[in-house]
Amino acid sequence: MIRITRAIDFSASLRYARAELSDADNAALFGSRARQHGHNYRLEVTLRGEPDPVTGMVMNLKDLQQVLDDEIMARFDHRDLNLDTPYFEKDPPSPENFARVIRRILIAALPDGLLDRIRLQQDADLWVDIIEPES
Amino acid sequence: MIELTRRYAFPAAHILSQSRLSAQENLAIYGKCANPNGHGHNYEVEVSVTGSIDERTGRIVSPDLLDRIFEERVGSRFARRLLNEDEAFRDRVPTAENIALVVHETLADAVAKRSNARVTRVKIVETRHNSCISGAIA
Repeated sequence: MIRITRAIDFSASLRYARAELSDADNAALFGSRARQHGHNYRLEVTLRGEPDPVTGMVMNLKDLQQVLDDEIMARFDHRDLNLDTPYFEKDPPSPENFARVIRRILIAALPDGLLDRIRLQQDADLWVDIIEPES
Repeated sequence: MIELTRRYAFPAAHILSQSRLSAQENLAIYGKCANPNGHGHNYEVEVSVTGSIDERTGRIVSPDLLDRIFEERVGSRFARRLLNEDEAFRDRVPTAENIALVVHETLADAVAKRSNARVTRVKIVETRHNSCISGAIA
């Protein structure tokens, strides 16, 4: 079993808010995170599998980069997660929730069974991993 | 499986030696780390937690709570101290391994008491050249 990892960097703004709460209640629940702020995110995508005997690759990194460009960069880079994407109308864009959204997008876009894990790094001191169970 | 990791740091001094051994024996085991006058590191600590996501807050654990727990249990206890003087290291040499075990144990206890999350792993980065993990590797 081989694991390969590709990383991308993107920047986005966000605020933690629940739609059903007032601004004051969101500020009470989320503190300073209820204000609009931003992060330089790093996403590491790890695939697992056996290298193709002819190409020597688990997946062509050029194709993986294309998926990441189309599915992640185009949606999130230099966007506001609350205003420019449909994923956080109800739930706050915590790194946990954001990682779950990214995982769902990648599962749909990648060939079946290839995704091993993602790491969404919000800054140098905080990150979230989602690891797929062994199949 | 979802896991959140937060990274902290504390500067501390330590001496690697066993009190029952002679200076020469300690030098043979621990090399320059046995310097009886001490030396120090910027310890980096990566704390990983898992658990269910609170759907209201979107979080496994509040990072602010984790920060407070770290400061209470580790930062205020070990930062700018000689680790050998801490009671945890009275009978244990403050190697990176033992520091990882002590930090893991105390954080696991506090996180379990004060949140619904649990600590899966503590990684101690002692220098750029050596690090150590206590707990499960994902």
